Amino acid sequence: MSAVVRKMSSEHNLSSERELEVRKLLARVPDPEIPVLSIVDLGIVREVREEADGRMRVAITPTYTGCPATEVIRALVRAALDAGGYADAILDEALSPPWTSDWLTPAGREKLRAFGIAPPEGSVASPRQLLGSPAVSCPRCGSRATERVSEFGSTPCKAHYRCSACGEPFDYFKCI
Amino acid sequence: MSATPATPQMSDAALEEARCRYVLRLADTALVLGQRLGEWIGHAPALEEDLALANLSLDLIGQARLLLTYAGELEGRGRDEDALAFLRDAPEFLSLTLAEQPNGDFGHTIVRQWLIDAWQLEIYAGLEHSVDNRLAAIAAKALRETRYHHRFSSGWLVRLGDGTPESHERMQSALDELWRFTSELFTPDEVDERLSRAAVAPSLTELAPRWSARVDEDLRAATLTRPALQPYPWHGKRGVHTEHLGHLLAEMQHLQRTYPGARW
Repeated sequence: MSAVVRKMSSEHNLSSERELEVRKLLARVPDPEIPVLSIVDLGIVREVREEADGRMRVAITPTYTGCPATEVIRALVRAALDAGGYADAILDEALSPPWTSDWLTPAGREKLRAFGIAPPEGSVASPRQLLGSPAVSCPRCGSRATERVSEFGSTPCKAHYRCSACGEPFDYFKCI
Repeated sequence: MSATPATPQMSDAALEEARCRYVLRLADTALVLGQRLGEWIGHAPALEEDLALANLSLDLIGQARLLLTYAGELEGRGRDEDALAFLRDAPEFLSLTLAEQPNGDFGHTIVRQWLIDAWQLEIYAGLEHSVDNRLAAIAAKALRETRYHHRFSSGWLVRLGDGTPESHERMQSALDELWRFTSELFTPDEVDERLSRAAVAPSLTELAPRWSARVDEDLRAATLTRPALQPYPWHGKRGVHTEHLGHLLAEMQHLQRTYPGARW
């Protein structure tokens, strides 16, 4: 991956400024379900590249296949590109490699916690992750004395937990 | 092993047609099961399970959308995901017969879900290595969701199977009733075999023992008894369905059939 980044930056020195500008635009596009997160924090912006003809190409990957936010996100990205002067940009969907919660950025994880949603614990790198139920820290008091109320929550990406220490219920961003 | 085709063009066309049918089978199974689960919304035994079944349904319909879009492109007749979902009749649906079986009680729904989750786990894991990049990408995505589904359904299978005498008996009777539809899951036909030879799809005969082992492991934990093998009279994946699919489609397609082209 770093080889690809190096290659792209050396070949596209002149355009990197425009790519950076588009990335900045995208970093202001919120996730419609969890607006404290931008789509960059969420890790779903897969590519920002200037084509030979000068048009920008942006590739977004869905989180869950059925997530209704995916279409809203496409519309928001299109609107942001239009407003930023990139009305002719090409908007692609990239399915591979599949998004997992490992793609959440460290900044995104902290924003989730501050918002009251526990960020995913650990990594999905091993499917064994799913076999156990990881200890989740309460985003309000930090206690690890929490229990799962429901494996599913208000959106596809969340499960429902309760803190035994402070008594607050909270959402947990699934590790999947 | 495979005979050299006399005319490569003809063989290519046959492969492409098989590929389209195969993708439709996966898509229709996910769609029909997703629609069935949607019938639980507002009716599940507890709010948490209502949410769970709705979330499973949403994932399955999401998978169906990606697969139907691909099937429509392979077919090349200009049908998109909506046309395929809402404007085909039952004999054109290639879903597994198991998927269309009615919900019954919560335990019955769990048994049906768990049997298909275990099947999808093997199929999607096999398809991750398909030479068809599009199918491999969809499968890789769906596999992660399916692992979560199987954790949910096998969890309830064990809790209810190894629960009270009443819950145990209901789970065993659901299993006894649904088991006869499982021989279809791993009985390959010419579509499966052709795609398996072309390394597009995994070999069903190779996947069957893995599914069987997983199912046995879950059944042991749930103290349920695996029913005896049954003959194979079901052909949902060839478009021959039980009477239940037509009723399901009537409800699912009603709006588009009555108001063609209506949009949300």
